[in-house]
Amino acid sequence: MSDIAVAMHHVSKKFRKGELHTSLRDLIPAITRKLVGKGPVDSVDSREFWALQDISFEIPKGEAFGIVGANGAGKSTMLKLISRIMNPTSGSIEINGRLSALIEVSAGFHPDLTGRENIYLNGTILGMNRKEIAAKFDQIVDFSGLSEFLDTPVKRYSSGMYARLGFSVAAHVNPDVMIVDEVLSVGDFVFQKKCVERMKEVINSGATVLFVSHNLKTIADFCNRCLLVERGKMRMIGTPTEVIRTYMGTSRVSVIHDNSPVSVSNVRVRNAQGETMRFTSGEKVWVDVDVFARQACKKLAVVIYITDESYYGVFDTSTERLGHGNFNLEPGETFNCSFELRLNLASGAFRLQVFVYRYDNETEYDRWESGSCIYVETAVDVRGSANCFPKVVRHEVLPAQSALEFAQQTPLKDLPVAAAEEDV
Amino acid sequence: MLAQLRELYKYRELLLMIVVRDIKVRYKQSVMGLLWAILMPVLIVGAGILVRYAYAIAAHKPLDLADIVSVATKSVPWAFLVASIRFSTQSLIYNPNLVTKVYFPKEIFPIAAVLSQLFDMFIAGTVLAILLFVLKVGLGVQVLWVLPLLGILVLLAIGIGLLVSAGSLFYRDVKYIVEAFLTFAIFFTPVFYEVAMLGSRGKWLLLNPAAPILEGFSSIMRGRSPNLYWIGYSLVFSLVTTLFAYMLFKKVEPLFAESI
Repeated sequence: MSDIAVAMHHVSKKFRKGELHTSLRDLIPAITRKLVGKGPVDSVDSREFWALQDISFEIPKGEAFGIVGANGAGKSTMLKLISRIMNPTSGSIEINGRLSALIEVSAGFHPDLTGRENIYLNGTILGMNRKEIAAKFDQIVDFSGLSEFLDTPVKRYSSGMYARLGFSVAAHVNPDVMIVDEVLSVGDFVFQKKCVERMKEVINSGATVLFVSHNLKTIADFCNRCLLVERGKMRMIGTPTEVIRTYMGTSRVSVIHDNSPVSVSNVRVRNAQGETMRFTSGEKVWVDVDVFARQACKKLAVVIYITDESYYGVFDTSTERLGHGNFNLEPGETFNCSFELRLNLASGAFRLQVFVYRYDNETEYDRWESGSCIYVETAVDVRGSANCFPKVVRHEVLPAQSALEFAQQTPLKDLPVAAAEEDV
Repeated sequence: MLAQLRELYKYRELLLMIVVRDIKVRYKQSVMGLLWAILMPVLIVGAGILVRYAYAIAAHKPLDLADIVSVATKSVPWAFLVASIRFSTQSLIYNPNLVTKVYFPKEIFPIAAVLSQLFDMFIAGTVLAILLFVLKVGLGVQVLWVLPLLGILVLLAIGIGLLVSAGSLFYRDVKYIVEAFLTFAIFFTPVFYEVAMLGSRGKWLLLNPAAPILEGFSSIMRGRSPNLYWIGYSLVFSLVTTLFAYMLFKKVEPLFAESI
């Protein structure tokens, strides 16, 4: 056997847009039209599109390979082709070894069956046999942490429990090639940590792993190599760092509504030195926004919204809420504003979104979203979203004393709060 | 084709799991439980007795026990065939997650639908055997014919199941066509009557591949062997249908995920 686990040779996949003929009623006219050869022929070109075009790569055995790309770039299609759920329109795919796809881990569950029954069912669906499942049953149950609920039908499970059980089964299939599509984000924090550890075990056991994730940190942590897909085409293959940098650079601006009456035409974030991506916590930055009107619009406001990397909001404000009233635009006019912010954020990556919004009828006209993140660095080690510029103002060990003395003599109120917390 | 069959064999445990799942799910949270398995045959027998009774009155003949036994015996395999076709029609479209998210040979679904109905038929058959025993219907060695007849019937059911399951995945109309077809199929199949009752033209009804099998069951109950020529016809018909259906199914299978 070769050392290649997965190989794609010039793979392309075409899809049809719109509805297929899901009823014979549509099919019969379509066929007659074809036979007769006249009438409004469906313009085939406009109704078809290439989800993937000329994809070629090889993944050697034992490699953890990441695939990144924007929504709709073709990542999931690629995984479906590799897992043979779909066939490519042209090209060929070669897979060596047993493959297991964690595309939707709880796909095989039947709501009426109990957890125990579903472990066997789903395990079989994912390619294990009865003996293997029986041997790993305790491990699976242990991992899911659902031993109490094994004999409850899974329809009574919470969605978190559902996903946990699904992942637990899937993570214990020992495949040669494992496909992981965005499933590491199930369950609570503790479970996610377990998932990540389990994935590391799988990788260390020598399995080949294909990752698809929007969580670039996961990709960077796990993968040896990375592929960037852009609108169905290969953009680049390289180390995760290179690929992620390119990916974030390419998707800088995304105007969501292309033909709304007003749209955000330009957004710029800068500090005093003109830097646009990397900032120091606490420094002043300016967000310049241009709004262009195609049609007349009234009572508008510009909203800026900062989220962390996983789109969890940390800050938002708007021109109107800052006391500047709203503005009206005539066709062709541009509105320009500039926010001054003191960037009291903790270190990390953040995303900026800008909205054109009308408060009285709650209409969102346009949303601009930076594809890339802005990076904030702090001088000191603070975690979280905000930087409160902490300082330790007292840091000492007090002489030994008995508990009674401690209770009587330590006047808590006289100590700075930080010091008191450290001592207790 | 051989490679495809080999792959199906490789997934036999999954087939079994899906069969078990389908059976379990059918009887979960239901009060009647296994009684459901004999409900359909009992209804058919009831209707059959009514029809035969009317026939007996019209012909000024008494209603024979042998006639009732014959209707009862045919109702079980007929109920099986109807339910198999009905469930296999839905087998793919009711499992969209498994069709679009996981790879395995998808013919497992219609085949499992048929096999899970086999379980119901087994229950109904057991009840029928007990009844026959109580009624002291004597059966000879011809009873061994039951197995090959059932074999052909299962083959036929799988063949039709493959066709209608894939068909309804692409065109939802198939589901309604099948429903309408199944509602009236009983009139074109010798369940309530025997082909002989229609005189010489009745032979045409035997072209329905299920007819010779049911006639065969009827013959067994009357202590005769089935008509070998017509059974042979059913066998060939079922084999060809299933083979053709399987090849067609495998040909369109890659389109399932994007067409469902």
